[in-house]
Parts: sequence; structure tokens; C-alpha cells
Amino acid sequence: MAKTANPISRSVDALDQWVNERAGVKSFYKQHLSEYWAPKNFNLWYFFGSLSLLVLVNQLLTGIFLTMHYKPDAEHAFASIEYIMRDVEWGWLIRYMHSTGASLFFAVVYLHMFRALLYGSYKKPRELVWILGVAIFLILMAESFMGYVLPWGQMSYWGAQVIISLFGAVPFVGEALVEWIRGDYFVADATLNRFFALHVVALPMVLVLLVVLHLAALHEVGSNNPDGVDIKAKKDDKGRPLDAVPFHPYYTVKDVFGAGIFLLIAAFIIFFWPEGGGYFLKPDNFVMANPLVTPDHIPPVWYFTPFYAILQAVPDKLMGVVLMGVAVLILFFVPWLDRSPVRSLRYRSWVSKLALALFVIAFVRLGMLGLAQDSSTFELRFWTFLYFAFFILMPVWTSFEKTKPVPERVTT
Amino acid sequence: MSETEPLASVEPAADPSRRRLLLASTGVVGAIGVGAVAWPFLASLRPSQRARVVGAPVEVYIGNLEPGQMARVAWRGATIGIMRRTERMLADLEGLAGRLRDPESNNRDQQPEYARNLHRSIRPEILVLNVHCTHLGCVPQVVPEVGAQPFDANWRGGFFCPCHRSTFDLAGRVFSGVPAISNLLVPPHSFIDDDHVIIGVDPEGAA
Repeated sequence: MAKTANPISRSVDALDQWVNERAGVKSFYKQHLSEYWAPKNFNLWYFFGSLSLLVLVNQLLTGIFLTMHYKPDAEHAFASIEYIMRDVEWGWLIRYMHSTGASLFFAVVYLHMFRALLYGSYKKPRELVWILGVAIFLILMAESFMGYVLPWGQMSYWGAQVIISLFGAVPFVGEALVEWIRGDYFVADATLNRFFALHVVALPMVLVLLVVLHLAALHEVGSNNPDGVDIKAKKDDKGRPLDAVPFHPYYTVKDVFGAGIFLLIAAFIIFFWPEGGGYFLKPDNFVMANPLVTPDHIPPVWYFTPFYAILQAVPDKLMGVVLMGVAVLILFFVPWLDRSPVRSLRYRSWVSKLALALFVIAFVRLGMLGLAQDSSTFELRFWTFLYFAFFILMPVWTSFEKTKPVPERVTT
Repeated sequence: MSETEPLASVEPAADPSRRRLLLASTGVVGAIGVGAVAWPFLASLRPSQRARVVGAPVEVYIGNLEPGQMARVAWRGATIGIMRRTERMLADLEGLAGRLRDPESNNRDQQPEYARNLHRSIRPEILVLNVHCTHLGCVPQVVPEVGAQPFDANWRGGFFCPCHRSTFDLAGRVFSGVPAISNLLVPPHSFIDDDHVIIGVDPEGAA
């Protein structure tokens, strides 16, 4: 280290050296930021990973502050939320940042997952990155479901009733399992209390751990790119990939810009449309939970509706639950269902493009049907069939379709 | 363990089989220990003593129940409906069998043995029913009148679940082709006298 005359910078240097001899901060910084080589052709789709992280931080921070005022007690929970909304200074903002944040979380995560399907980011050697991502998605679903129960409104209550009773479909032990999950003979205080513990302590820890592993796995193999080209194949004489830029400062700046736009949109929604017209927070949830009165219609929050529609498409409880579970779990197998020699959709034939387009339409359409009260059974089954056909037939079309040659270097 | 260079700091085992035995027994004892420690945590999630006490039987006065009327009480957090059925309602039950999934109440989990009959009750006219849909637990609406409904053109009166459109007749028997697959549950109940029914207690002598 060069000697400097300035005593302040000398002591900063000394501290820096002292820490690095003991903790290796510098090598961590290099490996994950200043010398993490990311492909130079990232596009709009690559914002959603860092945005997911941003929303996660938002949920953790606002969640901690909500916990300071919320009471996990069937008698007081509903009133404590209204107390936060009306009497706690800025409580309404923190609460809406959290509840609307949940919907935004799923929005960016769905777009992030779509990016992976678009550019084959799950293909070798990134299978584990994808698997960890699907695990995050699963935990996120549990986390948001339990969070939705905490305000103890009518939708909280009856949503919990419906979702917990899904476990009753398990042969032989179903009823005992349901009773064990609820901790009472019906959805009650005991249920609320344990969901609070899981939502606030257990699942966030798992979630953060999985996110760390997701990033560690990604940084081990390196990021994919819209061309699906392996950037490590062409390096300069110093071993740096020719088509890559260091993550910091190039992508930190890009992501900060993306975060700015995202926060602008998020702030608009939180200020002017926090309940999302009933899609983020149902009107029925502003009525306190009542075990004796079932709301006329119990639709799930929008991000669960595609899976809920699949449940409704089957006229048998056990099969419905199994099919809904498989609809999520099948995602784990995508890296092996896709037999294509190329990663990116850019170099695949029209068959792949059509399949992905149909899948997206099926997913969105199922989401709409899951919200409606009187969806036709035929339509439910048709789109459910398409949803599964996408995965089950993937090995077939990806083996036979004619792919285009992949360039050696990334395009712009 | 993989083949590695022997470490200078460690002496090789004199008798590997002794080490294997020690490893295996430590593993087994450890696993039993983990199981024993896990049990209190898992069992703590079951209904507590208090929840079990609160789940005690409920006595209901039915002397003022008009024919065709249903009273609702809460028992263990579930809605229990007690309905005095009319002659017309009882007479209809037989003719519906062809449209029902389980007209004979063959699924023994859904009613006690003493309610396993055509009208699914102890006294023919008094129906005691856990009014939670056997699909996903919503409370179906009572639609007692006869006539075409949006969900059924030949409706003879019964229960309609607004959540996923399951339908049940006036004995709580499920129709075919709806999401629910079992009849509404008849809870254990008995009569103290002509005008009092107690929910949660079987009749004397019944199992």
C-alpha cells in the first residue's frame, strides 16, 4: 500500500488492512461485485432479479415495524391492524408498503421466472440456480398465505379455512393433520398465533437463506444472457470474458436506475391504489373474522388464482389437491424436461415460441378463471390441460424442433 | 470416507470394526434422541387442554323450531344446523337417490351409526348437521324451496355452497358431479327430552 501523508487516509488504510487480514471482505467484494463478470447484453428482463431482492428488503423492514404494533391474538389482531392504519403515525404507509409489497413481490418474481423460461436460464450448468429459485417461490407462497391470515378479517379466516382443509385430502391421516396444523378443532387463536411465528420468524429466515444460496449458486456458474451464449468461452489475455463487464459499477448503476423506475410505480400504487381494486386486499377483509358466517365468494389473492383454478377444474378433492401441488412442483423438473441444445428462445423454432406463448396465455387465463365465481368447468379444464401439456410435451418438441445456429459471441 | 493420504497427526484405527460399531450405535442412539426431542415440539402444536375443554358439548332448545326452519349453533367453532323438516321434505328424500353420490350413507365417517338411515337422523324430522361443505369447509346456504335454480334445474330443496357450487339435499347428502364428494357430516348428538338436543354426546347405549 502506498504511503500517504494524510493521517486520516493512513488510518483508514490501516483499518481496511486490519479487517481484511481477519475477514476477507475484499475478496468477497471482488468475487461478487467488482470482478463478477456479467454478460454485457442484459436487457429489461434482467431487472427483476435485483428488484425481487429490493422488495424482499422492503418486506423485511416494513414487517419488523409492523410487528412492533401488531397483536397476534384472535381477540385483538383485527383491531391492532386498524390501530396501525388509523392511530400509529405513518402506520398506514408502513402497512400498505407491506401488504401491497406482497403483490409487487409476486409480480416481479413471476416476471423473473418468465425471463428464465425465455432465455433457458435453467439449463445446464444453472439447474441448481433454478431449483433454489423454485424453492424460494414455494416458501414465498407459504409466507404470503400466512401473512394474509394475520389481519384476521373474513378473507383471512376463510382463506385459511379453505387452504388448511386442503391437507384433509391426504389419505388416512388427513383429519389428524388438519387438526395438528390448526391446533384446534377449527381455525382459531392457536392457528393465528402459530402462523404469526412462522410468518415473522421461521419462514423469513428460510427465505433469506435460500436467497443467499440462490445468489451463491448463480455467482459460481455465472449469469446467462439473452443469447444463451457461454461468455466464458472467449476470454482476453488476462482471463476476463470478452463479452462481459464487471457487475459493479456497470450493473449496479443499471439496477439502481431500474429500482428508481420501480419505486416510482410502487409509490404510485401504494399511495393511490393500495388495495389494488380488491385484488391485493379484498373488501371482505375489512370485516372481522367470524367463524359462523362464510362470505359468499372466497377467491384467493390474484397471485394464487392460476393454481386455485387448477384445483377447481378437478371434481375430486384428493386429485384436485394433487394436481394443484404438481402444478407447482413440476417447475423443479424444467431443466430436465427441456432437451433443446440451445438455451435462448431466440435460436429456437416457432414451435418453442408458440408453446411458451400458449403457456403464458393459459397461466393468465387460469388466473382470471380462478378469480371468477362462475367459471365454466370446460374452460377450466381446457387451460389446465394446456398448462400441463407445456411441461409434459416439452421433452418432445425440444428434441425434434430445428434450432438456429447460436453465435459464438453475444449480439447486442 | 474417500481415499485420502493418511494424516501425520492421526494414528490409523487399530480395529476398524470397533469403530464402525461405535459409529453405528452413536448414529442410532442419536436418531432416537432427535426423535425424542422433536416429539414435545410437534405435540405442542396439537389442540391444547384449554381448546379441548372449550370443545365441550352444547345443549340446544328446539321447542320453538317451526317446520322447515333451521337453527344454527356453534360447536367446536363449526356451524351446526338443526332443522325441523316438513313431511314434503322427508317424502322427497327417497326419489333423489339416483342423482346422489352416496344415497345410502355408505361412507361411515360422515355420520354416527345411529344416523345411518334414509333421513340421516335419530328422529326423522329433526336433522342435526355440521353445515360445513365437505369440499373446503365453507358454510353452504339453505335453499329450501322447490323449483329451478341457476345451479340445478330440478331443485327439490337443499344446501348450496357458494364457494365451489357443491349441492346437498335436505338430508345433507351430496349430489353427483360437484366438487364435494362426501355427505355433510352428522355430528354426535342425542335428545335429552322432546325439546332439547345436545350436540357432542352420543345417545346412551350407542357407540
